Amino acid sequence: MTAVSPPAPATALPAHRRRLRFGGLLLAEWTKIRSVRSTLWTLIIFVIVSLGLTGLFTWLTLNALSNGRRGNAASSIVTDPVGFILGTGLGLGQLAICVLGVLVITSEYSTGAIRSALLAVPRRYPVILAKGLVFAALVIVVGEIVAFLSFFIGTALVNGHVVTLHGHIAGRVVSVQHTITVSLSQPGVLRAVVGSGLYLTVLGLFALAIGALIRHTAGAVTAVIGMVLVIFPLAGLLPDSWGAHVHAYLPTVAGQLITADKPASGQLLSAWQGFGVFCAWTVLLLAAAIVLLQRRDA
Amino acid sequence: MIEAQDLTKRYGDKLAVDHLSFQVQPGRVTGFLGPNGAGKSTTMRLVLGLDRPAEGRATIGGRAYADLADPLRTVGALLEAKAMHPGRSARNHLLFLAQTQGLPSRRVDEVLDLVGLGDVARKRTRGYSLGMGQRVGIAAAMLGDPAVLLLDEPVNGLDPEGILWVRNLMKQLATDGRTIFVSSHLMNEMAVTADHLIVIGKGRLIADCSTQEFIERSSDKSVLVRSPDAGRLADLLAAEGGKVTPEDPTDGRAEALSVTGLDAPRIGEIAAAGRIVLHELTPQLASLEEAFMELTAGSVEYGGGGAPAAPRQTTASAAHPGSHQ
Repeated sequence: MTAVSPPAPATALPAHRRRLRFGGLLLAEWTKIRSVRSTLWTLIIFVIVSLGLTGLFTWLTLNALSNGRRGNAASSIVTDPVGFILGTGLGLGQLAICVLGVLVITSEYSTGAIRSALLAVPRRYPVILAKGLVFAALVIVVGEIVAFLSFFIGTALVNGHVVTLHGHIAGRVVSVQHTITVSLSQPGVLRAVVGSGLYLTVLGLFALAIGALIRHTAGAVTAVIGMVLVIFPLAGLLPDSWGAHVHAYLPTVAGQLITADKPASGQLLSAWQGFGVFCAWTVLLLAAAIVLLQRRDA
Repeated sequence: MIEAQDLTKRYGDKLAVDHLSFQVQPGRVTGFLGPNGAGKSTTMRLVLGLDRPAEGRATIGGRAYADLADPLRTVGALLEAKAMHPGRSARNHLLFLAQTQGLPSRRVDEVLDLVGLGDVARKRTRGYSLGMGQRVGIAAAMLGDPAVLLLDEPVNGLDPEGILWVRNLMKQLATDGRTIFVSSHLMNEMAVTADHLIVIGKGRLIADCSTQEFIERSSDKSVLVRSPDAGRLADLLAAEGGKVTPEDPTDGRAEALSVTGLDAPRIGEIAAAGRIVLHELTPQLASLEEAFMELTAGSVEYGGGGAPAAPRQTTASAAHPGSHQ
């Protein structure tokens, strides 16, 4: 340590070709995201919560049905089995994606690593673009795998399950035997499963944009989860048709339409329209994050 | 070469950097000196494009930092200790920086060996000491083999061996013809490291001169004399061209005089010729640290007004703290 080693590189540094520059940024963002443990842990939690709860809730609800209890959940697993399977585990697992999306950017601010990153890329906005692309690629792979596994776990449990449905026809009580059957070949089902992975990917980018705007982990996580779990669903209580329109166009409310195999009654947007609205919100927030990144002191 | 022109930065009402202009030349170590809060770090952040100036501009080799294509190949910077994710290893921290610049991963291992972290590079930086964090920062600065280096308090947290190592590294890099701009709030450290000094206080330029010139200007060459017959001695010394200031008599000892303009042997000769008894005759060399503190304390007083002070005059008046005049 006492002797000063020659500071010049032992080998001449290769010239950096211009077209490789963004590729280098993608590589750098991949190095960043894979080299912290929080990424792996958050994804493990996402997988366990999503798959575990899908299996657990489906099994418990089918048990309740067999024992003659009929709650809201019990009837929805009969009337909308795909929505039930994709909505339970992933509905909670999505929170892990929200946290990871926030963390990939706010952890750079809280640790000061953002200044190292911006010294390397003083134009700044390519950092957000590269980070968004790499994170989206990671979430779409993990998200699609988990969406399909959730679906297959759920269908393995519900398929062939026989339920007795009671109804009233012309004043008489009628009982019908119904066998639940779900498969990817039914209309809209494949789109709903693939759409669940797509929804998670855009949700991750949505969280990343909020993280880039707020720059503090706790604040950004609270904001994202508060919106997804509380504010957006509560907006469904707004009165009249304007309330219904506001609710329909909220980011995750619109985005979740693509995860359902068939439209709900009175649905204002189609599945793909809803997904488009969610994408538009996310692009808008990312653009705002980039504008602020360019303007603010780092 | 680093050049700042009229650089100004405000945080709310506070002027952190106040119309600062200077040049940092290649081939020598330029020290950037000022007390805590003088605006050194802010100035470096402005040069590096991390903060936006309210007025003025900073360039490196004639270009703004943001316009550099692969900036780490031109400019290396150490800003704060441990500006890195504590859960990431030093090697991965340097690796992602290298990838943004299209540098090969073997260069990462080279700079890790250079700073002596080769053995711990794959451990997470959470467990690193402040000194090890500084070494990672220096490795990051050296990554692209840059011609210009900005180092903000690089010896902070280093042990004496590490301080010596950084000092020698900077000198050698300057000898290679690189531009080395290093900040410190420690005058003594700069006196042995820097060839040239840029001194600021309250965001304003106080001095821009060679270290040698600064030391000569700052060293207060006065002589302390004690005599039971101080009054008569003062008259004799004044007649010979000395400037005499009575010091406060301490604990009942003979009255003391502070004399400038005459050296100690000459004062002794004058006293002997006048048959005056001396109890003490001590040449006073104010330490550099004291001189620097007086200098920058002066800048706080001068800093109150709106008009920028003329740097050279400020230096001249502040470098000879008033008590001897």
